[in-house]
Amino acid sequence: MPDDLIAFFVALPFAAAALAGSVRSRRLAAMITGLTAFTVLLGALALAPAVFGGEVLRWQIAWLDAPSIAFGFRIDGLAWLFIALIGGIGMLVVLYASYYLDASEPAPRFYAMLAGFMGAMLGVVTADNLLLLVIFWELTSLSSFLLIGFWRHRQDARQGARMALAITGAGGLCLFAGVMLIGHIVGSFALDDVLAARDLLQAHPAFPAALGLVLLGAFTKSAQFPFHFWLPHAMAAPTPVSAYLHSATMVKAGVFLLARLYPALAGNEMWFWIVSTAGMATLLLGSAVAIFQHDVKGLLAYSTISHLGLITLLLGLDSPLAAVAAVFHIMNHATFKASLFMAAGIVDHECGTRDMRRINGLWRFMPVTATLAMTAAAAMAGVPLLNGFISKEMFFAETLFVEGHRLLEFLTPAAATLAGAFAIAYSLRFAHDVFFNGEPEDLPRTPHEPPLWMRVPVALLVALCLVVGLAPDLAVGRILNVAAGPLLPQGLPDYDLAIWHGFNLPLAMSVLAMVVGAVLYFSLQRLFRLHQRLMQAHGKRAFDTVLSRFGRFADEVSRFRNGSLQRYVALLLAVILVAGATPFLVGPYRLGTLAPAWPDPFELTLWAIGVGAAVGTVVAHRARSTALVFVGAVGVVVALTFEHLSAPDLMLTQLLVEVVTIVLMMLALHHLPQWSRPDPRPVRMPRLVRDVALAVAAGGGAALLAFAVLTRAPAGHFPRESLADFFLTRAVPEGGGTNAVNVILVDFRGFDTFGEVTVLAIAALTIVALLRHLHPPPASVTHPEAADPVRHPLLLRVVARTLLPMAWVVALFLFLRGHNLPGGGFIAGLVYAIGLVTLYLAFGRQHVEARLSSDWQGWLGWGLLIAAATGAGAMVLGYPFLTSTFGHPVLPLIGELPLASAALFDLGVFAVVVGGSLAAIVALGRLRAVGDGSVPVRGEH
Amino acid sequence: MEILLASGIGVLIACGVFLMLRSRSFDVVLGLTLMSYGVNLFLFSVGRIGGAAPIISDGVVRYTDPLPQALTLTAIVIGFAMTALLLAVALADYVAERTDHVDGQRGEQRSAAQGRGEAE
Repeated sequence: MPDDLIAFFVALPFAAAALAGSVRSRRLAAMITGLTAFTVLLGALALAPAVFGGEVLRWQIAWLDAPSIAFGFRIDGLAWLFIALIGGIGMLVVLYASYYLDASEPAPRFYAMLAGFMGAMLGVVTADNLLLLVIFWELTSLSSFLLIGFWRHRQDARQGARMALAITGAGGLCLFAGVMLIGHIVGSFALDDVLAARDLLQAHPAFPAALGLVLLGAFTKSAQFPFHFWLPHAMAAPTPVSAYLHSATMVKAGVFLLARLYPALAGNEMWFWIVSTAGMATLLLGSAVAIFQHDVKGLLAYSTISHLGLITLLLGLDSPLAAVAAVFHIMNHATFKASLFMAAGIVDHECGTRDMRRINGLWRFMPVTATLAMTAAAAMAGVPLLNGFISKEMFFAETLFVEGHRLLEFLTPAAATLAGAFAIAYSLRFAHDVFFNGEPEDLPRTPHEPPLWMRVPVALLVALCLVVGLAPDLAVGRILNVAAGPLLPQGLPDYDLAIWHGFNLPLAMSVLAMVVGAVLYFSLQRLFRLHQRLMQAHGKRAFDTVLSRFGRFADEVSRFRNGSLQRYVALLLAVILVAGATPFLVGPYRLGTLAPAWPDPFELTLWAIGVGAAVGTVVAHRARSTALVFVGAVGVVVALTFEHLSAPDLMLTQLLVEVVTIVLMMLALHHLPQWSRPDPRPVRMPRLVRDVALAVAAGGGAALLAFAVLTRAPAGHFPRESLADFFLTRAVPEGGGTNAVNVILVDFRGFDTFGEVTVLAIAALTIVALLRHLHPPPASVTHPEAADPVRHPLLLRVVARTLLPMAWVVALFLFLRGHNLPGGGFIAGLVYAIGLVTLYLAFGRQHVEARLSSDWQGWLGWGLLIAAATGAGAMVLGYPFLTSTFGHPVLPLIGELPLASAALFDLGVFAVVVGGSLAAIVALGRLRAVGDGSVPVRGEH
Repeated sequence: MEILLASGIGVLIACGVFLMLRSRSFDVVLGLTLMSYGVNLFLFSVGRIGGAAPIISDGVVRYTDPLPQALTLTAIVIGFAMTALLLAVALADYVAERTDHVDGQRGEQRSAAQGRGEAE
């Protein structure tokens, strides 16, 4: 099935990345990544019949109940072209890299990153909705950061990588914002929906903002002016990386995005002006600066910038033929630029330098490489019989069709011809300077031809340039048709891919550019001594300035930080207070209109005890044991409040948790000071005033908020069903239980509960880990009984002995009835845990653990496993995770037993609650102070 | 009852906040415990009060909202886990820093220095 192949495309490179990163052998790692790229290429070929037949292949899984954000991939002609480029050039790059990389370098890491990057890039081109595209887009930024900074010992590599990440990452955020806007306007993120919503999009008032943001994303990625400056700095990467990132992939992601969204976003004034202006500026700037580079790779970098500008300009011209030319040039540029970077890498490899002032006359040393490189350079320059010529002719022809102001009609072709001349000049410099122009000047190494397999990738790519240049229609006519199709849903224009179109204006422009370019290069070289001039685009300085400003701003902001938790908490509370009060002070929020009911004496008494105990906790907080008693009283009052307000499940939970919490606190208090020492300094009035003010404001705010909620009728009456009604009416027919709270916990919102018991398990394990090797200082007070760990109160021991079986029975009872009456896994778990804790307290740990299995961490694991397995069981039967079923089997003696599969899930909850409580309490209880008998004193000073 | 419930929540939060702003770790744990009582009651009260317990049975017209109860139930258990974890952290910190000041030795010394400064 070709449809399943689609997901395979994207998954494979990531799997290869994991694999290549974990092997030792450099050869094996190269094989893994190379074969992956080859498989991607083969896959593209396998899909070719369907794609060329005009099909759009799709693969999707709906992971959320929202079709517009389904996780899926989609392959049309444009995506297919990029897959073929990514796979094909990727394979050649890996082959080349296996000879390029030094034996001392961590090759597996390199190939792992390369494979990861390949996967991210495939994701960008095949994502079937915009959010997914953004995610893969960011992945390409991240993985290219790693690749550019591969030589991490070099400062320029680190800086270049960081700059690339900052620029493309910031652009990615803009793109994300733009995509959110588009999704908001269209009502869907699915690519098909967005592409079909052109009119809706462009009529919307937010369209300019959306377009601007998306363009920012594309321009930063494709190094368009004024964001072009990161690309030359990215040349610090190993050359195979440059060959891959700056020919077929990374920087092409930007123009890919423009092409992808072309049907939806293009066709308006704003698109025309912004995109064509940026493209034109980039084209001219890049090609002009490229002439003045001494570094071979620097020259290629600026040339890449200018070609990306050319593609952008073509897309900006907004005519069907220009769009076809843009796609054609994407293909051509990928082939000749990849081969040129590889050739530059060979030169670097052989000479030990990339400085064109020293590298000269290499023709004598490596004629084969020289021929290949010069052919590719000719393609870059747009010399006839090579692929670059044909797309350049199409470009020239299109500039002649620009309509509008007279000046514009003249300037566009003129600028295009000028850029063409610059391209001739820098290509000439590359060919002439490196391979001729006298003798090499003190090179670190004596150059000779590189290994055969290093030349093969270059040769293959150059052959492609030639084939396309000689017989364009035969070679790529159909591919171009298919790849440009998605840009022009109205149908492709008539065009003729041929070398010879007769004597016409574009040809004249080409000839003019060639003559001017050649004259320009040789006169610059003779007259102005080109070798002494270096031109840089000065983006880096501005970038560094902005970066250091941000740094200083961050310093300013963090100045309030003095390491005092109290200050942070106070600040946090103040912010929360302001945020909470604002809607009431400036917004329409008011207290509700329902009249509150008058309290009865029971309620008043409860309130008085609760408030008294809470205040008592504060007053007595320095005497910690006393404060604990007060806290316990508050907890009991809270439990009774739940009971009084018709929440029996909450009452049971609160009461039981209260018991466990107090035991835990007592255990901890045994090792902590019994008395809260006041600060050595006298508590200053301002601080006390601040704390009281914050406390009163927070309490008052909470009380008002609660009152405002309580005096307001619940939302969601007829005709819309309220959430409460939803659960209440479905509890019995769909959940099979009459206790709505428990049905929600184990069935309707079972996934939440699963998350919560996981948190409980994590907390318990963290406590065990924290306390495992902790030896607190000797306890601050010693009770006479504590000195003798074997002596435990007799009465407690008698009670505890009978308590455990009773706890078992009660827990079982509460567990079984939980689905229909108050109870359930949480409550039963707590009951059983308390029975066990009593046993521990009465007999001591050794006694209990000698008689009971006490692997409480094991309980955590089994509990989570049971809960997850119950959920997965539903999936095996074809239902969503945690779907529950139920029945009412009749057992002899016991009678009808309401049984739901959710009970099994509840069993997992039960086990986690028991395991979590016990693990935490035992971890605290087994703490032994330093010098406390059983523990040897270690490393005490 | 609404007034009592709301004011009770307020008192619990106020007492909790005040204790959270103290400088000793155990006081902070006590404060958080009081505060989670208040928060749990508040969460519960979002479902309004005055209905019957949400055990489906014949003849009952109005139940209390079961959803906030389910949420509060797990919040209570998670609150327990948080308290336990905080106690463990407080203990570990006490052992490492040899003081139960929330900022460790640094906090102890800073407040001592400030105390001297003010006494002079």
